[in-house]
Amino acid sequence: MDLTFRDARLIDPETATERRGDLHVRAGRIVSDPPDGAEVIDCAGKCLAPGIVDLGVKVSEPGERHKESFRSAGRAAARGGVTTIVTRPDTDPAIDTPEVLEFVARRAQADAGVNVVPMAALTKGRAGAEMVEIGLLMDAGAAAFTDCDRVVADTRVLSRALTYARGLGALVVGHVQEPGLSRGAAATSGKFASLYGLPSVSPMAERMGLDRDISLLEMTGARYHADQITSARALPPLERAKANGLDITAGVGIHHLTLNEMDVSGYRTFFKLKPPLRSEEDRLAVVEAVATGLIDVISSMHTPQDEESKRLPFEEAASGAVGLETLLPAALRLVHAGHMDLATLWRALSLNPAKRLGLDAGTLVPGAPADLVLFDPHAPFLLDRFTLASKSKNTPFDGARMEGRVKGTWVGGRRVYPA
Amino acid sequence: MTFRQRHLLGIEPLSPSEITCVLDLAESYVDLNRAVEKHGDALAGLTQVNMFFEASTRTQASFEIAGQRLGADVMNMAMQASSIKKGETLIDTALTLNAMHPDLLVVRHPHSGAVDLLAQKVTASVLNAGDGRHEHPTQALLDALTIRRAKGRLHRLTVAICGDIAHSRVARSNIWLLGKMESRIRLVGPPTLIPAGAADWGVEVCHDMAAGLADADVVMMLRLQRERMDGGFIPSEREYYHRYGLDAEKLGHAKDDAIVMHPGPMNRGVEIDGTIADDINRSVIQEQVEMGVAVRMAAMDLLARNLRAARAA
Repeated sequence: MDLTFRDARLIDPETATERRGDLHVRAGRIVSDPPDGAEVIDCAGKCLAPGIVDLGVKVSEPGERHKESFRSAGRAAARGGVTTIVTRPDTDPAIDTPEVLEFVARRAQADAGVNVVPMAALTKGRAGAEMVEIGLLMDAGAAAFTDCDRVVADTRVLSRALTYARGLGALVVGHVQEPGLSRGAAATSGKFASLYGLPSVSPMAERMGLDRDISLLEMTGARYHADQITSARALPPLERAKANGLDITAGVGIHHLTLNEMDVSGYRTFFKLKPPLRSEEDRLAVVEAVATGLIDVISSMHTPQDEESKRLPFEEAASGAVGLETLLPAALRLVHAGHMDLATLWRALSLNPAKRLGLDAGTLVPGAPADLVLFDPHAPFLLDRFTLASKSKNTPFDGARMEGRVKGTWVGGRRVYPA
Repeated sequence: MTFRQRHLLGIEPLSPSEITCVLDLAESYVDLNRAVEKHGDALAGLTQVNMFFEASTRTQASFEIAGQRLGADVMNMAMQASSIKKGETLIDTALTLNAMHPDLLVVRHPHSGAVDLLAQKVTASVLNAGDGRHEHPTQALLDALTIRRAKGRLHRLTVAICGDIAHSRVARSNIWLLGKMESRIRLVGPPTLIPAGAADWGVEVCHDMAAGLADADVVMMLRLQRERMDGGFIPSEREYYHRYGLDAEKLGHAKDDAIVMHPGPMNRGVEIDGTIADDINRSVIQEQVEMGVAVRMAAMDLLARNLRAARAA
């Protein structure tokens, strides 16, 4: 399929620029010269950017297809301008063998409609005791290894896994919350959690978790990505580790960039996340870290939960929020608030995650696959959670005013939204 | 003076005049409760259901007597033993119960916010009888009535709340109430039992009983849950008693006419010395129990009036 996007505002994170112009696609890839007989899409000055590469999406297959399937997640991704979903292995059972990984890849291929890149567990059953078959899983297509929010508490197990992973060049994704301090916590400690009587954890648990993992990286030299850095206190050690030349990157979930602990008021369980929402000072510090590039990646941390898991007292309710479809308009809040420009935002949404995972994606440079999103950054709307394509509707943005709508999404030059 | 609430979920949403309204009405029920004939009819024809998801003897009995004295049909549901054990969710239980058309639901639950959640799903008026570490509004109201009767006012008093603040819903409701009534609040306890951020609540925080009780008008002791003692919050019972247990010497730092309160049940020899608890010149602990029935009658009466008015409209 050959295409010419005419008169677009082109957002290129690779060159950190935007310009008004045309973009050409031949045989599914971006090219410099207009192909003959291409279908012309008039963009009328709207933004055209690389499709989002969302690192850390939970699709609830296998195990909980009633919460999210590859078909529903793929539709949500397409509607949200996400062209590559990097899936988490915290399914039931965990994705910890090549056989399960191949099953997932097959299901994704058949149903998703967007690119799906699976991650695998780091330890068997995510139990934190024995490492998985890292080599065989890489051969089967695992892009990275993570036990997700189950921290490998036994430091010796983690150090061996990191050492072994280094030998294969495998990327390990860590969840940096010190598990002892975090046990049972449902909120971030402080005036707010104390008044509402919620068990809470200091954000210092995040720095402790990060400090430990950084020490292990110094020891082992492994490739490492911290899934979510959400607090100001964790930023200086991250900065030092990068300055010291360790192979470390860091991400943050969109909800920690756009919401804070006060949003939980009224015990609204759709705002219960892991790690919990932080103070406004933490939020602003982390937004700033994304703008400077200290934090590399923004993801949705898409976590589908059904109504039954959320309609419970706050402490008992499940954690997590869906985000595939709302990631783009929520992230645009950072641009509208003047924290960063679109090219900087897209560095964190598409270029950096693609680079970190070694994916051929995330840029508008000729030769790259035509994974694209066309959007109007100023189109306002009121979010109704029941209009989401995800099977689970647990978004904290229900009823929120948002600005920015996806007009079209293409994967390898093929339009996936509107279908 | 009007009481506008549909539910009594906490002290936080109440205005000072609503608090005064409950206390004034409760005074009249104190007199009724002391009479030989104790029956009123304010709740006649209404059904009151007590749902306790957490064991309670005193509070449940107090609500039951309060409802019966005002003519309500009262039913107790011991929820630990019931369908919750079979996996039914709180919401399902609420909806099932709602179909039986109760008018007043008295709910206690081990998790903060659970009573708010339940209140969103039912047509009855809900009274929070304690949710997790969040609020226990009728306890704060009965404490306020007790203080007002002993001191003649609720403003410009110095109130020391001592002990396990971190896990206490009683402390939180009292902090809201006494703050709204413009009294001065001190929280006294070891740092492990003072919640993070408490200093931002507009209260003073002390880790020493002598400083904390200095010139206090009211000394409010909290129960130390036995399960906290081996959880690493404090080293031992005897060290706790030595540093924070209320005895005559520590009480000597408070004003000469300071009153001693405790929400019960007491651990004698842990947070309070037995002779202080029984000293009729200082301790108002028995009066607190008496005020509890009157305050609960007043709260249910006011909610029932609003309920009837809403249904008539």
